[in-house]
Amino acid sequence: MAIDPPAGAALVAPLVALRDVTYAVGAAVLVERVSLDVVPRQIVSLIGPNGAGKTTTVRLALGLLRPTAGRVERRPDLVVGYVPQRLAVDRSLPLTVRRLLSLTARPTRSAVDAALDETGVPHLAGREVHDLSGGEWQRVLIARALLRDPALLVLDEPVQGVDVTGQAELFALIRELRDRRGCGVLLVSHDLHLVMAATDAVICLNRHVCCSGRPDRVVRDPAYRDLFGDAATALAVYAHHHDHVHDATGAVVPVDGHDPQQQGGHHHHHHHGQAHHG
Amino acid sequence: MDDFLWRALLAGIGVAVMAGPLGCFVVWRRMAYFGDTLAHAALLGVAIGYLLDIELVVGVVATSLALAMLLVAVERRQLVSTDTLLGILAHSGLAIGLVVIAFVETLRVDLMAYLFGDLLAVSMGDLWWIAGAVAIALPALAWAWRPLVAATVSEDLARVEGMAVPVTRILFPALLALVVAVAMKAVGVLLVTALLILPAAAARRLARTPEAMAVLAAVIGIAAVTGGLGMSLTWDTPAGPSAVVVALAIFLFMIGWPRRPTPRDRLAGQNRGP
Repeated sequence: MAIDPPAGAALVAPLVALRDVTYAVGAAVLVERVSLDVVPRQIVSLIGPNGAGKTTTVRLALGLLRPTAGRVERRPDLVVGYVPQRLAVDRSLPLTVRRLLSLTARPTRSAVDAALDETGVPHLAGREVHDLSGGEWQRVLIARALLRDPALLVLDEPVQGVDVTGQAELFALIRELRDRRGCGVLLVSHDLHLVMAATDAVICLNRHVCCSGRPDRVVRDPAYRDLFGDAATALAVYAHHHDHVHDATGAVVPVDGHDPQQQGGHHHHHHHGQAHHG
Repeated sequence: MDDFLWRALLAGIGVAVMAGPLGCFVVWRRMAYFGDTLAHAALLGVAIGYLLDIELVVGVVATSLALAMLLVAVERRQLVSTDTLLGILAHSGLAIGLVVIAFVETLRVDLMAYLFGDLLAVSMGDLWWIAGAVAIALPALAWAWRPLVAATVSEDLARVEGMAVPVTRILFPALLALVVAVAMKAVGVLLVTALLILPAAAARRLARTPEAMAVLAAVIGIAAVTGGLGMSLTWDTPAGPSAVVVALAIFLFMIGWPRRPTPRDRLAGQNRGP
């Protein structure tokens, strides 16, 4: 597939580009006219509330879904390292970390060790995957992706189920890998302030692209404020369409009834009070 | 040893070497009910075979394959939840099969033999069918092994990394249908699933890799059918159910087997954070 650079394209040809991509299942439109580019050495973050179509967008970029409309352009022979969300492997399947790393290819023993070393978990090689913690899973899955020597690293919610220190360390690792290997990175997250610090470009998604650009500019964008609320920048607590808020762990806290103080910085606190009443 | 014993033993071993590795996937993918559905509906295949006046095994294999493909197709639409769908198909297949067989007056079908199997009544023709199934199933499994295991761990990951996932989606149910169809004569439609999942479940504790578990499951399956035949000879019990009972005994023994952590495990445990 030839890449015809559209007018005003970046100087470097993108590794993967979505051009006005729409994906619908029946009448339900999951994402609408989404465009994005990932160029080498760039970390692009997709953020947005639950159900905004983040994972759908990633699956489109990976070629796992075919767009209903629009185009997905990938560099010819692009090698993608995919880090899915924590895998649901049944306990009945005996699977060590080493075997997981040679699931689809046959890397040498030393290559496996080197990859695990690069993500800081060399001691896990012989461990059963069922015994891994959230953070260990992510590092093992990233090591798996690195074995393919990818030009593009795609991570779906890489910090889900990881504690706060672990999250910062994971983002640091992702930046480090980008610097060392020069790969492009597309990642999905709903944790805002970590993404803001670790990303070159942010795309706010809510079925369509609400706003996008450098993190510091996106934060000032009214569309971004609409999407995540004022509290977002400071606390990583945000409300969307005022139907739920997120607590410090990122879990959704439902908002029962209408709250006239929606705009206030303390509304999070109020909701907890209401929940006790109800 | 008499001829019928050799045939019974060979038939049992043939079924066990296929059921072991395939049963592992049934367990890993939590598809026990899927195997059950194929087995129950196999009786419908028997009825169809009689009605069309074709070789019964052909009728069963064709029906099972058709049902497996139907399930794969319908499952993706998600009209009803998968377990509801399987429940509907399993028992309707069994019921329709029984009704059709009762309707055709000229038929004299030994229902007990189909429901519970009769390993000791395996004919030379049955044995050839089992041999044929082994000749197809084992090479196919070996050929598709890596994509099958990879897709079991994560279908998305396997697809992104260029594994032939779409092939495995058809191949696995097809092989399962084949095994169920030829194993029906040996253990019967009600117990086929037991021979798929019991050896695999029993093998889990001792296995460190998927491959080891598959081989071990086949070995345990062979031990179960051999032990079942022995029981049948000694105490005159039905051979198929006896094999399942032996498999259960092995499973229970394995469950009690103490799991010794390897030195590496212990070392890793100490490194674990708070």
